[in-house]
Amino acid sequence: MNLSLSQLPQVMDLVAVLLLSLGIKGLSKVRSARAANGLAALAMALAVVGLLIQSHPTTTTWLWIAVGLALGGLAGVVTAMKVPMTAMPETVALFNGCGGLASLMVALGVALFQGAESGGVERVSIAISLFVGAITFSGSIVAMAKLQGWLETPAWTQSSLRHAVNLALALLCLGAALLLWSEPAGPALWLEVVAASLLGIGVTLPIGGADMPVVISLLNSYSGVAAAAAGFVVGSQLLIVAGAMVGAAGLILTQVMCTAMNRSLTSVLFGGALGGATTSVGGGGSEAGYTRITSCSPEECAMALEQAERVVFVPGYGLAVAQAQHSLRELAKLLEAHGVEVSYAIHPVAGRMPGHMNVLLAEADVPYEQLIEMETINPEFPRTDVVIVLGANDVVNPQAKNDPTSPLYGMPVLEVDQARQIFVVKRSLGAGYAGIANALFELPQTAMVFGDAKAVLNGLLSELRGMGVGKEKALV
Amino acid sequence: MTSLTQSLWVLLLGSLLGFELIGKVPPTLHTPLMSGANAISGITMLASLTLIQQAGGNTPLQIIGALSLGFALFNVIGGFLVTDRMLAMFRRKGNS
Repeated sequence: MNLSLSQLPQVMDLVAVLLLSLGIKGLSKVRSARAANGLAALAMALAVVGLLIQSHPTTTTWLWIAVGLALGGLAGVVTAMKVPMTAMPETVALFNGCGGLASLMVALGVALFQGAESGGVERVSIAISLFVGAITFSGSIVAMAKLQGWLETPAWTQSSLRHAVNLALALLCLGAALLLWSEPAGPALWLEVVAASLLGIGVTLPIGGADMPVVISLLNSYSGVAAAAAGFVVGSQLLIVAGAMVGAAGLILTQVMCTAMNRSLTSVLFGGALGGATTSVGGGGSEAGYTRITSCSPEECAMALEQAERVVFVPGYGLAVAQAQHSLRELAKLLEAHGVEVSYAIHPVAGRMPGHMNVLLAEADVPYEQLIEMETINPEFPRTDVVIVLGANDVVNPQAKNDPTSPLYGMPVLEVDQARQIFVVKRSLGAGYAGIANALFELPQTAMVFGDAKAVLNGLLSELRGMGVGKEKALV
Repeated sequence: MTSLTQSLWVLLLGSLLGFELIGKVPPTLHTPLMSGANAISGITMLASLTLIQQAGGNTPLQIIGALSLGFALFNVIGGFLVTDRMLAMFRRKGNS
């Protein structure tokens, strides 16, 4: 076994696999994450160069590669640079869907034009690749549309009839796959693609918005599986390793997220939306459900803040929607200059994606040490003077602890009801994403400040400045 | 058949590696990790490249290959850039 220059591509593949594993590992630690991302990107580039060296492309091949590169590369760069941080979950879902579509198209291409001479292994791989690729694609697009608010959860998807429909679609996929075994380029090909796409929609559509992070993570795992299957189709072991790694790592991440929400994967996938259908219209928690609401003006809230020694902010999706992270940071700075101890309580699934709030607050330069995780901050709430909830709802619902009949019961929540005073900044009394009324709003120590998070925070800022808060530091 | 068993070994070991690579992930990194792993799943671009190669003079197949390469590259390039954008915001301030 002499090592010669002709083996360079194989060596490059090995190095690429090593770098990819180091990349995934490094991405799970704050200190190394950014370098690890670069490492993974380098690994991918290495794999491509290795493949190109190995295969001596002709001029026409180069031409078609250039077409693909121009289309996808340009769209990728523009999307990545333009998309606002608040739309991150949908963006990941979109990217993921396109990855699945790519695997699907490879299998389709091979089946249509080389299907006749394919062997058994290829035929099975083609069926798997079509199936997983189509589910990943249609499921990701539905997830994206739901996060964007283009799609709601239709009531009919909550009936148990959907299980029958999905089962029928799954059986149809299986049947089409069996037909593909004997005739790889026949009409069964299209049946497989259509049935699997419909199955992807049928499975994703009934899942409520609160569970969407788990779905995206799971679909991400699927796209790894689709890539591995495409690896079997074209006979690339590098593709198989990388796909398998992403598939497995994605499953672990999905599990981590389920644990954070105290939900099992099966209840997310088959249990339907929390709190019933059409969550955004109100579900079980319309305005009529509340009887003891106190509301107050930003002025009163500012007075409470001025007196406080310890303030905790609880950010949620409302903060992201209002793009209020910079106003929040400014308010926090002002309070700190006034001698107030400020921190931020981060629920693992606040927002539409785990870590969503960390990303958002980091954009506004909030110091990393002030972001406190749920387990650490919960014991601190009893000695907190003022809690300000900014567009968060289900993650602060005390019913998750005390009401066994609540659909949220058992989910770990931020125990803000232990604090002395609570202000909830919210646009209206509509239910949360999960469609459940929140007992926190009716507590005697809670006051609602109605309005857009950014407008309210700016109002608080001007009130506090009007009171002279933040100026006394200059005298000391 | 040896190549099939070999590929299945590769599949098995790759999966085991993936299961072991990430254990505890701080919630801060859930989104970037998901996004980074998602970019890696665009590795299917290697299959698209192979497809374009094998197409020879078959234009429809070349078009399918180029389109799938485009989608895969959209996933890869967009994914890594967006992950980098997120992680750039975690630059450490002050001590340590």
